[in-house]
Amino acid sequence: MTSQVSSPAEQAEPAEQQSESQNLTGQRKPGGPGDKEVRRLDRVIIRFAGDSGDGMQLTGDRFTSETATFGNDLSTLPNFPAEIRAPAGTLPGVSSFQLHFADHDILTPGDAPNVLVAMNPAALKANLADVPRGSEIIINTDEFTKRPMAKVGYETSPLEDGSLEAYNVHPVPLTTLTIEALKEFGLSRKEAERSKNMFALGLLSWMYHRPTEGTESFLRKKFAKKPQIAEANVAAYRAGWNFGETTEDFAVSYEVGPATAAFPAGTYRNISGNLALAYGLIAASRQADLPLYLGSYPITPASDILHELSRHKNFGVRTFQAEDEIAGIGAALGAAFGGSLAVTTTSGPGVALKSETIGLAVSLELPLLVVDIQRGGPSTGLPTKTEQADLLQAMYGRNGEAPVPIVAPKTPADCFDAALDAARIALTYRTPVFLLSDGYLANGSEPWRVPDIGELPDLRVRFAHGPNHELADGTEVFWPYKRDPETLARPWAVPGTPGLEHRIGGIEKQDGTGNISYDPANHDFMVRTRQAKVDGIAVPDLTVDDPTGEADTLVLGWGSTYGPITAAVRRVRGEGRAVAQAHLRHLNPFPANLGEVLKRYDKVVVPEMNLGQLATLLRARFLIETRSYTQVSGMPFKAEQLADVFKEAIND
Amino acid sequence: MTETLSEGSTTPEALSLVPKAEAKQSMKDFKSDQEVRWCPGCGDYAILAAVQGFMPELGLAKENIVFVSGIGCSSRFPYYMNTYGMHSIHGRAPAIATGLASSRRDLSVWVVTGDGDALSIGGNHLIHALRRNVNLKILLFNNRIYGLTKGQYSPTSEVGKITKSTPMGSLDAPFNPVSLAIGAEASFVARTVDSDRKHLTSVLREAAAHPGTALVEIYQNCNIFNDGAFEVLKDKQQAEEAVIRLEHGQPIRFGADGAKGVVRDPATGDLKVVEVTPENEASILVHDAHAASPTTAFALSRLADPDTLHHTPIGVLRSVDRPVYDDQMSDQLEAAVVQNGKGDLATLLAGNDTWTVVG
Repeated sequence: MTSQVSSPAEQAEPAEQQSESQNLTGQRKPGGPGDKEVRRLDRVIIRFAGDSGDGMQLTGDRFTSETATFGNDLSTLPNFPAEIRAPAGTLPGVSSFQLHFADHDILTPGDAPNVLVAMNPAALKANLADVPRGSEIIINTDEFTKRPMAKVGYETSPLEDGSLEAYNVHPVPLTTLTIEALKEFGLSRKEAERSKNMFALGLLSWMYHRPTEGTESFLRKKFAKKPQIAEANVAAYRAGWNFGETTEDFAVSYEVGPATAAFPAGTYRNISGNLALAYGLIAASRQADLPLYLGSYPITPASDILHELSRHKNFGVRTFQAEDEIAGIGAALGAAFGGSLAVTTTSGPGVALKSETIGLAVSLELPLLVVDIQRGGPSTGLPTKTEQADLLQAMYGRNGEAPVPIVAPKTPADCFDAALDAARIALTYRTPVFLLSDGYLANGSEPWRVPDIGELPDLRVRFAHGPNHELADGTEVFWPYKRDPETLARPWAVPGTPGLEHRIGGIEKQDGTGNISYDPANHDFMVRTRQAKVDGIAVPDLTVDDPTGEADTLVLGWGSTYGPITAAVRRVRGEGRAVAQAHLRHLNPFPANLGEVLKRYDKVVVPEMNLGQLATLLRARFLIETRSYTQVSGMPFKAEQLADVFKEAIND
Repeated sequence: MTETLSEGSTTPEALSLVPKAEAKQSMKDFKSDQEVRWCPGCGDYAILAAVQGFMPELGLAKENIVFVSGIGCSSRFPYYMNTYGMHSIHGRAPAIATGLASSRRDLSVWVVTGDGDALSIGGNHLIHALRRNVNLKILLFNNRIYGLTKGQYSPTSEVGKITKSTPMGSLDAPFNPVSLAIGAEASFVARTVDSDRKHLTSVLREAAAHPGTALVEIYQNCNIFNDGAFEVLKDKQQAEEAVIRLEHGQPIRFGADGAKGVVRDPATGDLKVVEVTPENEASILVHDAHAASPTTAFALSRLADPDTLHHTPIGVLRSVDRPVYDDQMSDQLEAAVVQNGKGDLATLLAGNDTWTVVG
């Protein structure tokens, strides 16, 4: 049994480097559970991998909940196929859940697992390449029979042919043990077998001293209508725990202390990006004192926001599942005309379909949130994998000059704040706004300090209530396109307001009156005015993190790459090198100081999960050559990978 | 069932949440200051005048009336109504109006669309609005041609139509909008003709009073690209043979002195036109717009010959009560408050599994 110590290459954070020796020696505590040895670690990366039907996502979610309750910092990476039930036992059917937890502040789900739980040969084969030598692998030996192994091309058993010699393998007959443990429940073999994920969860929970009450009460609640199944799962979970405690193969368990120092005081919970985004929308509705209206069409990985919002009708939230993407945004725009805080949620293919309506919203100048949970493209692409390749679509993907502000959250919890920020822009400037999240943020989770309601921004708006213009003859009239001189926003006059009856549409409008106008000079003026309105949106200046002030290399990212970039920057700095870091939340308009910041550094590295879309925008706007570093594998960057890229730039 | 409106009558259920006008209104109140820009002689003028003339009868606060349209000649309609209005994009008006109507039950929402807008590019939104039964009144101006793009055949054009895009004749079989609407679970379906102001107004009256989606197909003459398309229904002599006027509760008879009638063929269950005789007079079908089953209404819609327009039924083919989407949506919001209490943001954000870090 070796200790689960990360090799230096995987160390994302300085804390680990400082505590490496502590890791190596461990802290031996006799008298732990079963008098086995207990070692203290500062962080661990676990990956559960199995068949799509093995319940790996649930297992990962439960371990995450236990870990959050315990007070570790954590970051997760669910990874699953688009098929609901891919063919059993095949490589494409493997579903996994990676969890990184620590006693200090961490930023990513981790580069490589210290522990792999492989429920079948396919899971082992699909994941082994990511597992560093010396790591622990817990293998469900029951599945390593001839056929399942042949299915994924194992001619000999990796358990016996020596190919796993470099790892610390724990062969555990998980299926048999689970069935044995559930003998008294009178379940069929098949039913009993299904609890094997809970057996694995129990074993891992023992290994890492996770609190168990949460999972037990979760199981009883989840299977409230089938108490026998609930108790069977609890029994399997406990059997897994006891197995760890009594079996000699598991001689050591580990403690990862709560990350008390990493968090400011407050109340915390674990939250995924889509959940945080949904909560942000509800909060924005409350802060704006406007009813929330969601028009949406189901699409991966955005559907969870529709599901979540539809559960909160007691907040006055209306959710409309439309016949298609176009109707989803159409209904939202109609609701915006009526005075709702209107939202549509989708992913890249849906944005393509909504483009014309987004253009209409630009022309109507009504507030509207377009939430794009990006996934791999083009076309259907990789529905369950992440990518940042919709930036240019959000920026330019419409006919005519149709500028739309873009806001991008950087972490799962940040989706809450980003939603409020997007709502602020939409409501203040009467414009559609893109909120660009992605699959990694949507499904990943992290601890979140629950905000005090009193801290939330005031988003209240003032509807137009009377005439706003005096004609030459002294008549008081309402002009729907007479703008606020400061924001260039037009008045929001909702139906039901007497005296303000007016007509708006997608045809070019005369400045002020909003009447149809084909006048060349007026069109030129209106196009430039709509652009000027978006260009003039107030966004905070970009802050640069450059602790020594000596860096000549700047790393500039946007959106979900924040975690891996920051972890990599910490590594590089941990090695005594200076590097500056900045992260864009606002992609349109850019912060006013961006050009100045870029020019301050000799080298600017721009990592993106696309083929260089931000780099393209920067080059076009500021005439600077950035070092674009890109990856479109459907997976987030790894910290180690980025650290190498940054060092190369620094050395250059 | 469907209530009819007259001066001083009580407000129908469909409009009970819409505020009333404080003063008596006239047609003039509903005319906007915009110059009407349809071609001289267009059937749209007659429909506009009929709608503006009918609106005062509803007695609604005009700030609570909204006209939403798509793209096409007919879709310019909202600009000419002195109400709230939106001229949106091609085919999407029913979707936009759905969002407005389902979030604002205090509004009377009307959709103005054409055969291309509603049945080609927007066909999906139309059928889904109908099945949902959102409180919308959809006026479908059918001129069987694309006017704004200068004369291509439309999804209601007769087969073999020679147009700019079909010099050898169009190949597609046309939609019958009434049949389509009935097939799409519409709770109210009617047909009328632009030039018959009285009939048009009576249909609008019934549509306005209907709770849920009402589809009114209005045959409308495009005097530039498809002039005379409905002449057979307008010429007094020809109309006698061509038009079947439906009135709820009345035997379905037409022709000179009601010489013809509609009976059910006992062999097939289908409907057919017969000469009325003393022997068959008792078996002439009595029109029941409120029949729960759409079968007979559908069969009536199929009597019309798509080429000659002979035996075209006009009037209300179907008008049945069905739960209204916007009402049910609101009911769910109220039920959620009853079940779970009014939403509390702090409780929601905290969730069930929190831990505290002491500074």
